[in-house]
Amino acid sequence: MTVAPLDPRERRAIVRDSLGVGIATGAYGVSFGAVSVAAGLSVAQTCALSLLVFTGASQFALIGVLAAGGAPLSGALTALLLGTRNTLYGLRMAPLLRFTGLRRILAAHVLIDESTAMGVTRESTPAARVGFLTTGVSIFVLWNLATLIGAVAGNTIGDPRTYGLDAAVGAAFLALLWPRLHGRRNLQVALAAAVVALATVPVVPAGVPVLAAAAVALLAGALSRSTPGSAP
Amino acid sequence: MIWVAVVATGIGCYLLKLAGLSVPPRVLERPLVERVADLIPVALLSALVAVQVFADGHDLVLDARALGLAVAVALLLLRAPFLVVVFGAALAAALARML
Repeated sequence: MTVAPLDPRERRAIVRDSLGVGIATGAYGVSFGAVSVAAGLSVAQTCALSLLVFTGASQFALIGVLAAGGAPLSGALTALLLGTRNTLYGLRMAPLLRFTGLRRILAAHVLIDESTAMGVTRESTPAARVGFLTTGVSIFVLWNLATLIGAVAGNTIGDPRTYGLDAAVGAAFLALLWPRLHGRRNLQVALAAAVVALATVPVVPAGVPVLAAAAVALLAGALSRSTPGSAP
Repeated sequence: MIWVAVVATGIGCYLLKLAGLSVPPRVLERPLVERVADLIPVALLSALVAVQVFADGHDLVLDARALGLAVAVALLLLRAPFLVVVFGAALAAALARML
């Protein structure tokens, strides 16, 4: 497949925008690092999560379930369910990026919300690659650095509750949820999921309420017909 | 056990990403799959907010974390960046506990 070279000015503009997103996103690895050690993980486990999992919502989910006293298996399951949206991003990005072989194997690791957002709108393969890779790689580097800084700092400050770090986890989830709260169906599912989770908290082991809420999404998705006029 | 969860989650999340780049689009591009996949993060994140803020073990409680969440909502309405939202909520909860 021959690809036309990218206009240098366009390339510079994409790199600049992508680095902006990369820096802003990477920096909040500090909050992940601090919250993770507050949840009881070691600095090494915290850094391993950012290196290996490298998808923020799943990382927060795993430590959130562990912090609540849930079984590691429930935490991992929740994290994986959240990770399924990256599969959909991949489906959307594959025809644009046209990566094969080793390059695809490497690129897959930086397939996340932000790199998809900065790549998916481009009109050519070279432009999509520049947006996707600049965003993904800059976030990967900064996210891991910031995680280490946050974890070390979080480890030295003592009881995390004094600093409200337990409240920070809920706020982080809400901030991740916020851009998805559009349309009546999404709002209804969000509300139903929260109600189901809280209703089951007293009766099932920690970690399970969140998985029960995922069933709400499955049910709602299966039952709702695509309503006319609703955005995909 | 935490290490097992960390490594398993890492491998699983990577394979989910790689599958997206490797599977022919038609396999998963069905309305039902797309709808469910769109709703799963909404349901999970919403449930995580609820449990993180209002649960303490097996009890439902209203404490400084709820105040932190209220501050987070206000900051999000003001379009504050992620870090400001997260640490703003932490600060509010910390101040509430000091009083």
